[in-house]
Amino acid sequence: MRNNTLFRGMILVGKLTIDGVWKIGSASRFMFYVICRSGMTVRRPRLLLDEIYFAGALSLIIIIVSGLFVGLVLGLQGYETLKRYGSAEAVGTLVALSLVRELGPVVAALLFASRAGSAMTAKIGIMKSTEQLSAMEMMAVDPYSRVVTPMFWGGFFSMPLLAAIFSAMGIFGGYLITVVVIGVDGGAFWSQMQASVDFQGDILNGIYKSVVFGFAVNAIALFEGFDCLPTAEGVSRAVTRTVVTSALAVLALDFVLTAFMFTGA
Amino acid sequence: MQRGTVDIWVGIFVTVGFLGLLFLALKVGSANNFSVSDGYVVSAEFDNIGGLKVKAPVKSAGVVVGRVDRIVFNNSTLRATVTIRLGRQFEFPKDSSVSILTAGLLGEQYIGLDGGGDIDLLVNGDKILLTQSAMVLEKVIGQFLFNKASESGKKN
Repeated sequence: MRNNTLFRGMILVGKLTIDGVWKIGSASRFMFYVICRSGMTVRRPRLLLDEIYFAGALSLIIIIVSGLFVGLVLGLQGYETLKRYGSAEAVGTLVALSLVRELGPVVAALLFASRAGSAMTAKIGIMKSTEQLSAMEMMAVDPYSRVVTPMFWGGFFSMPLLAAIFSAMGIFGGYLITVVVIGVDGGAFWSQMQASVDFQGDILNGIYKSVVFGFAVNAIALFEGFDCLPTAEGVSRAVTRTVVTSALAVLALDFVLTAFMFTGA
Repeated sequence: MQRGTVDIWVGIFVTVGFLGLLFLALKVGSANNFSVSDGYVVSAEFDNIGGLKVKAPVKSAGVVVGRVDRIVFNNSTLRATVTIRLGRQFEFPKDSSVSILTAGLLGEQYIGLDGGGDIDLLVNGDKILLTQSAMVLEKVIGQFLFNKASESGKKN
């Protein structure tokens, strides 16, 4: 009776549920600590600057290059399709709206998670497994406020800027391919774009999205690093989990935010 | 890492980021459109608004002069009451007329505002009396077929 499949299945479900709740609880407590101990970041802005350099400035190249290429592809594909309906000038609207509303925040967040998020997890995980964090505590240095908090705020600050750079580069790429290479009228390209992109409805909502994604990706990356098993394999698994979980979280959050922002009215 | 290098790169990153935001706000967004909250409100009643939506443009002589603020169904007259917000800098005579038009064959619907000849101007809360409803394709086709049928009826 105790060994039948249903019984074992129930045990598995129960264990997974308890593990999940446990993890959500400790992640929330972790974020609560991080936000409570943010004072150090204000007192020592040097730490924050280092992290903005690490998370933001070093991500510039990948963001600029991928933004440009996404814009080029969008422009090319949009032009090929819109040409059939004789409205090739609307390609500006297409590129701008898809970048500002969706692709900018989402792709920038995915790139950020795989470039900066994974590095954050690895850094904290290795500090944990080589007992550097414990050593700090022994010296009465709080590892939260010295290591984790500046990382969090650095990434949180960088994310919306990276998303904006991505969108701007993408629109520039769309301009390059359609106006400069293919020869769509430049005036119509910009004026149709300006007529249909709303600052509040489209651009600000895109920025709000990237702020939410920045919070989620940084929280996941730091928590996974802090939570990992202090072994080589534990760190490598934590890095993998960071990338997978942040990608899923970004896509799911994007759906929820889009449902709230762009429906109705 | 040298302090100076970090500072320079963070400086470059933040500057480029804000330049990107500025580009989005000024070049991509509709910075030249007046804000919707600014201006005065007039209303008009239509028999049928077709596919008109809130925030649709109000154009006079092809220039955007306002936006549709609210669309409600008036149960006492069984017509649609459309509230329009016009920019403060635009002034129209009291006997102006509004009609619901379509941009292109498949385009969005918008409100066309034609100025009248009255000396008095529209002010906040006024009601525009001369309205023309949206063209509904089925009705137009129906009317066309009806005319054709009556024409051929006369010939016989």
